[in-house]
Amino acid sequence: MSTPALKEWPLWEVFVRSKQGLEHKHCGSLHASDAQHALQMARDVYTRRQEGVSIWVVPSATISASEPNDKGEFFEPASDKVYRHPTFYVIPDEVGHM
Amino acid sequence: MYTQSFSVSDQDDAKSTGQTASLVAVPKEASASEQALQAQFDARIDADGRVEPREWMPEAYRKTLVRQISQHAHSEIVGMLPEGNWISRAPSLKRKAILIAKVQDEGGHGLYLYSAAETLGTSRDQMLDALHTGKAKYSSIFNYPTLNWADVGVVGWLVDGAAIMNQIPLCRCSYGPYARAMVRVCKEESFHQRQGYEALLVMMQGTAEQKAMVQDAVNRWWWKCLAMFGPPDADSPNSAQGMRWGIKRISNDDLRQKFVDATVPQAKVLGVTLPDPDLKWNEERQAHDYGQIDWDEFWATVNGNGPCNKERLGARVKAWNDGAWVREAALAHAQKQQARQLKEAA
Repeated sequence: MSTPALKEWPLWEVFVRSKQGLEHKHCGSLHASDAQHALQMARDVYTRRQEGVSIWVVPSATISASEPNDKGEFFEPASDKVYRHPTFYVIPDEVGHM
Repeated sequence: MYTQSFSVSDQDDAKSTGQTASLVAVPKEASASEQALQAQFDARIDADGRVEPREWMPEAYRKTLVRQISQHAHSEIVGMLPEGNWISRAPSLKRKAILIAKVQDEGGHGLYLYSAAETLGTSRDQMLDALHTGKAKYSSIFNYPTLNWADVGVVGWLVDGAAIMNQIPLCRCSYGPYARAMVRVCKEESFHQRQGYEALLVMMQGTAEQKAMVQDAVNRWWWKCLAMFGPPDADSPNSAQGMRWGIKRISNDDLRQKFVDATVPQAKVLGVTLPDPDLKWNEERQAHDYGQIDWDEFWATVNGNGPCNKERLGARVKAWNDGAWVREAALAHAQKQQARQLKEAA
């Protein structure tokens, strides 16, 4: 972000809330000189057909992501805990919906 | 909009590799860990899974995607030129507003695609440089002129129609960011084809001269649109690799056939003839037969000798150079604001 020799406008990730009550969802990225500029560009690039009521832009360089090649070990601990799911428990039919 | 992918190498690709990638992309001397990664990758592709940025992928898969997605992006951007040419001369305010919206969409499509390509580790400047220096290809269909208003309608109906045929299967491409960009593009592209067809329907209700203009435009664009799907399967050695990788889902010839079959009834409703004496329904195949495409002309255009190659590239380079001061000023402004904020905070 703060590299002085930068010739390209920095990259921003764009998140759009499609309507009130829904979460912002990642929809792509774009280049812009600063945050204000990125918001205007995001409006023009990603919401030309009323796809959004709110936009977040985040400098791509500030996102920390989990390592895709480690996803086995990283997410592994959850896979053997089937008792976290309701279907693990057998309830007599006569109880009905629970 | 875009097609002809996998059939056409960029100039530097052809020079540096000059060969078709083998089905197994890992060379024999690959380490055991690389082979394991390759096996994992193959298994995921075979299971119709998706590949996401930063995950391990064969280098040839990455290179192929960068080439295809950037060519696709360039095609969207260059594709703005033949239609943009008509914005100031559209026959009514309504048609003008529609055309502006369409051309703006094409620009948007280019931007979705450039950012999808950037997730593979190439930079925007690198891609633009390849386009501006003539190293990168774009769809050869944009190297033909739009001579009159009927051409704008035909570009929407046939050129975008052909592009939609090609782009719908790309929504299922194995590379996640490309597939997601294509979903967005396809949603918007449907309006492009419909507005073109509707504009032609209006002309066909007009004077004899207007009808003749539509027929003339169809005559000039039809064969070029068929060529947009790229060379026949037998002459597309890279297609098999693209299919294997789940990048390409339907072969050039199959897509072309679908396009012909879809277009014939549309032409009938419109009241125009498609300029091919060999075009007829084949009961046995349950599909239309059609005549020979002039591939020499296609390759001449791809290789830079079409009627508008120089003009299109010249317009792109000029726009880029003329905009340099805006890009620099915006960056200088942002840096100044940032410095001021830092100073205020201190």
